[in-house]
Amino acid sequence: MSYLEYNVKTVPSGARKVLYLNWPLVLLLTAVASFGFLMLYSVAGGSLSPWAEPQMKRFLIGLAAMFVVAMVPIWLWRNLSVVAYLGSILLLVGVEFFGAVGMGAQRWIDLGFMRLQPSELTKITLVMILAAYYDALPIKRTSRPIWVIIPVLLILLPTFLVLRQPDLGTALLLMIGGGAVMFLAGVHWAYFVAVISAGIATVATVFQSRGTDWQLIKDYQFRRIDTFIDPSNDPLGAGYHITQAKIALGSGGWTGRGFMQGTQSRLNFLPEKHTDFIFTTLAEEFGFIGAFSLLALYALILVFCVSSALANKDRFASLLTLGIATTFFLFFAVNMSMVMGLAPVVGVPLPLVSYGGSAMLVLLTAFGLVQSAHIHRPR
Amino acid sequence: MRRPTKDTARGARKISRRALIVGGLQAGFMGVLALRMRYMQVEEADKFRLLAEENRVNIRLIPPARGEIFDRNGQPIAVNQPSYRITLTREDAGDVDEVIARLSHLIELDEEELNRAMTELRRTSPFFPVTIADKVSWSDVTQIAVNAPALPGVTPEVGLTRTYPMGSDFAHVIGYVGPVSDYDLEKIEAPDQLLFIPRFQIGKVGLESKLEDELRGKAGARRVEVNHVGREMRELDRREGIQGQNLQLTIDHELQNYVQARLDGESAAAVVMDVHNGDLLAIASAPTFDPNLFVRGISVSDYKALTENKYRPLAAKSVQGIYPPGSTFKMVVALAGLDEGIIGPEDTYYCPGHLEVSGRRFHCWKRAGHGHMNVESSLRESCDVFYYELALELGIEKISAMARKMGLGERFDIPMSAVASGLTPTKEWKRRARDAEWVIGDTVNSAIGQGFVLASPLQLAVMTARIASGRAVSPRLIKTIEGIEQTSGDGESLGLNENHLRQVRKAMFAVSNNRRGTAYGSRIIAEGMRMAGKTGTSQVRNITAAERAAGVRSNADLPWERRDHALFVDFAPYDDPRIAVAVIIEHGGGGSSAAAPVARDITLQALYGEDPPLDAYPTKDRGRIEALQEKLRKYRPDAKTDGSSRA
Repeated sequence: MSYLEYNVKTVPSGARKVLYLNWPLVLLLTAVASFGFLMLYSVAGGSLSPWAEPQMKRFLIGLAAMFVVAMVPIWLWRNLSVVAYLGSILLLVGVEFFGAVGMGAQRWIDLGFMRLQPSELTKITLVMILAAYYDALPIKRTSRPIWVIIPVLLILLPTFLVLRQPDLGTALLLMIGGGAVMFLAGVHWAYFVAVISAGIATVATVFQSRGTDWQLIKDYQFRRIDTFIDPSNDPLGAGYHITQAKIALGSGGWTGRGFMQGTQSRLNFLPEKHTDFIFTTLAEEFGFIGAFSLLALYALILVFCVSSALANKDRFASLLTLGIATTFFLFFAVNMSMVMGLAPVVGVPLPLVSYGGSAMLVLLTAFGLVQSAHIHRPR
Repeated sequence: MRRPTKDTARGARKISRRALIVGGLQAGFMGVLALRMRYMQVEEADKFRLLAEENRVNIRLIPPARGEIFDRNGQPIAVNQPSYRITLTREDAGDVDEVIARLSHLIELDEEELNRAMTELRRTSPFFPVTIADKVSWSDVTQIAVNAPALPGVTPEVGLTRTYPMGSDFAHVIGYVGPVSDYDLEKIEAPDQLLFIPRFQIGKVGLESKLEDELRGKAGARRVEVNHVGREMRELDRREGIQGQNLQLTIDHELQNYVQARLDGESAAAVVMDVHNGDLLAIASAPTFDPNLFVRGISVSDYKALTENKYRPLAAKSVQGIYPPGSTFKMVVALAGLDEGIIGPEDTYYCPGHLEVSGRRFHCWKRAGHGHMNVESSLRESCDVFYYELALELGIEKISAMARKMGLGERFDIPMSAVASGLTPTKEWKRRARDAEWVIGDTVNSAIGQGFVLASPLQLAVMTARIASGRAVSPRLIKTIEGIEQTSGDGESLGLNENHLRQVRKAMFAVSNNRRGTAYGSRIIAEGMRMAGKTGTSQVRNITAAERAAGVRSNADLPWERRDHALFVDFAPYDDPRIAVAVIIEHGGGGSSAAAPVARDITLQALYGEDPPLDAYPTKDRGRIEALQEKLRKYRPDAKTDGSSRA
């Protein structure tokens, strides 16, 4: 197939591939994860258990997975895209029937050694199938309606399944992530204008539906939006999370209150301080300098991904790398906006930092794909 | 299939362009995040830092120890005793029911208290200790300490509880404390934060209530760090409170104890006062009650028994009770007459047994009449007609003016509950209060301390002290506060002619030392201890003409509520007065028979400071007195089977 385009002889093979890894990216990922270890150690009151140690183990496993994925030629992954996508769809359907319920949503399947969240996996497989689709699609057909509808359906299928769980945050991330890949692939901008307008109309309709018998989203989702708009109207209920998170973040000041000195997290005022709200602990203890450093590390990761993608002449590899980078961006941007009170609380973890196995493994595997694309780029 | 190179290149260019747009958007959004971060963490840092501190730091009050109260000799009357309570902490206990079951084998648990505790346990945070048994004994505490390993989460805690070691002797003076009620809080403007501490005790009645501000002290405070559910993590700093002020009373606890015991069985009140400085040496009201019952939380049946008792044990009759002073008022009228120059020492009125005033007949207690009476004999024999005549010449205004000079009608500022002001009537008063004109009969009634005249035992004691000293002595109950001597009760000279006062004192001496005196039977024979007194019998009913015609029924035939009040006032020793005494026995019958012996015994006890020698009493009384002394000894604090020291 199209890998014949590549001059296979110039692609590194065997153990030499290790030398061609994007090592700065590996270091950046490790640095970000280390922030996570530090904070998990801190929120446990200066202890490796219960969070820091498992998190380190998962990171190592994830790193190993990343290397393995990186060694596999990118064209093999492209050929597996359809399988991966269908697999994750099957898992999403599976959680409908076998999923465990957590926090009012059906989200994971217990595999025994870990809890797999198919929605996390889907974020990557969706990017893969879309990249493969646009790789196979002749460029001049990109913006033809019939060829636009197919990727839209590819996006909407998992989005619909995730919404059923119900997980509004992930559903939005899937749509935006998928849309980004379509945009990158060169779909005409008029489509996006149309979709965004439709989206705004939909939001308006959803709010219109509130309190009527055709209400489109659940009450708790409405409440999250309410408290986002004005956290103080429910200071002890849902607004409590946002208020306390803002207090923690703001009280950090320039240099923070010092490692393990954050009163908001140490005294448990912070909710979910080891998962979704871990950024506030970081901001409280290391201040603006610490929080900005993490943001800078994330930015650097994006820079490395984008430059790797732009240097890659293979359309699949390039789209895949950019798509994964965008998904990664969405993760931390939504999480940070949420804890800073710029977005409603939607249960998105801070990538590589928040405690949690699925997200960590999936993200590192995704970066394995980025590495594979980097190693096996046409030269 | 090989794709044309041109196409591939164009696709790559498009990706690059779009990638830069997407990257730019991302960079822009990250810029927004960074700015937001900077805004919150730099510009608004102080605000959020403050909020974090407010979250974290709690102020916890440390209740101060209440001021203690002692008698004039330093004997404790109201003290704080360590009391033990047993608390249970849910999270430490694990299986709460199991622990409580084990605990109930060791100590007795009150069913009601336990039910309340169980509700509280379910409601409060798991780390919050809940009291499951209050006021447990030391032996129970040791039982629990020994079995501590089997009782996880059970902790004995020590607190302070108000205790009145003198039991009922000081109930009416001191009052008692109790937990703050909603009603208490309503009455206070801007209440002290202390009052919101659960189980905090404040004075409810009596001195405990009147001097609450002095006794309470100032709360200390601890700044503690708490977590999100309020669990205390550590103490940041601590400022000790200021203990309440200690008080010393003018009362002598031994005398107080004797007086209470002597009054026992009657509905009565007695006041013993120093004639020079106004110190109240004893101020008793009977029957009394045990204030410790109220501190512990009185049972409904006990409380009902107190409120339904017709002798009104809860009332401090010594200061709250107001009675027609009866013949004890005659000194006032006599002094007014002498002072106004209406009569001289030897001037007489004739008593035929009654007096007609504007068509109405006023009787003397002695139906046959006393004949010619002067100031001394009229007081000695308590002739009524003499005072009717004198009062008619004086008029009510002059009588009342003299009464007020003697302290009647004055509300003395002593820290007991509901100190009464009594009444010294005037024409103006009657117009205002009764909407009626003063009639001549009112003056006649007032002459013998009946009608509108009302006085409390305290006021009668003050009156007697003023006659004895010639000075405007006022009563004093608090000797020192925190060791600082309080203003003495000695007053200015009353400005009365010393000869007139001497006349009245001499007449009072005759009352209890002259064979014809109404209180001769209750005299003191010890030289240098002799007393001068005055009997009083005040009617609580009108005797109708029909009744009088049928013969006035003796008190013994009447139901208790309708019998006369018996009064007696005295000062002693006659030659060099030291103390003044006022006694009233409600519905006791005659002043000479019911009140005088009690007052004499109290006077002697006060003068000697211990059981007086029998030879101070008239010979024929000695056997009876000896038996009485023996009987009263069992009331002594040291002789009591002391149940109150066990908290």
